[in-house]
Amino acid sequence: MRKQEFLDALGTRLSGLPKAELEERIGFYSEMIDDRIEEGLSEEEAVADIGPVAKISEQIIADIPLKAIAKEKIKPKRRLKWWEILCLILGSPIWLSLLIAAFAVILSLYAVLWSLIASVWAVFAAVSASSLACVAMGVLIIIEGEIVSGVGCFGAALLLSGLAVLLFLGSIYGTTGTARLSKIIALGIKKLFIRKEDA
Amino acid sequence: MDIQLKRGLLDICVLAAIKDEDSYGYKIIKDMKPYIEMSESTLYTILKRLELSGLLTVRTSEHGGRLRKYYHITSAGLDRIEEFKGEWREVMSIYRFVTKEDSENA
Repeated sequence: MRKQEFLDALGTRLSGLPKAELEERIGFYSEMIDDRIEEGLSEEEAVADIGPVAKISEQIIADIPLKAIAKEKIKPKRRLKWWEILCLILGSPIWLSLLIAAFAVILSLYAVLWSLIASVWAVFAAVSASSLACVAMGVLIIIEGEIVSGVGCFGAALLLSGLAVLLFLGSIYGTTGTARLSKIIALGIKKLFIRKEDA
Repeated sequence: MDIQLKRGLLDICVLAAIKDEDSYGYKIIKDMKPYIEMSESTLYTILKRLELSGLLTVRTSEHGGRLRKYYHITSAGLDRIEEFKGEWREVMSIYRFVTKEDSENA
């Protein structure tokens, strides 16, 4: 791939970035390619050495805060005409509620994920507590002379504590998994904003 | 490696790469290569962060008929390196404590 092709492809993929930042990044890669050529690589080799455009744009998008991307998308490209502003105001019952709905969907997605995790932790806490309670009850029952029922209580305690260990492991895995999933969702939302069709 | 820790360390590496003389992007990556591999996009992010926090300044110069950006360390940047050396003594002593039992058992 030639240098200009590479830079154009990168520019297309990052077209959601603020203009000044986009130009600065393109300039940065342009300089990187020129320095490699100066060192003796051919233009094609220099571009290949930088890496595939898809991978680079992915890394760049992952590095940029979502707020910066959203701000750029929301900023109008030119001054709005009076009738456009009028339309925006008149249409606000529709687009504003759609926007709020979109945010609510994303928010509830997170809420569902995390409340699931919270409930698993709650079950873990409940099972651990009842395991301890069974031990206490077993002791009391044995003191009162009912040995067989007391031993039964200890058995139940053992069973519950085993369950608690399993639940604990499950909760840990669930929590880290959900954290990872949240990150993937955030990256996906960023891409929605920034990615144009592959040109 | 822990991402926060690594980010802090890479910042110091880049500062160290421009400590003795002003340098440019490709040279920084090349100078660091024997010690640590860094992608262009990572370097860009770090340079930007260091510039915004006043640890380095950027100037654009002509070089061979094109423009090249040179990075210059500020006194705050030099201070940051010294600060890191002090912190590192602490980190090394934590490392020795952590690995103490390994070496006793070996």
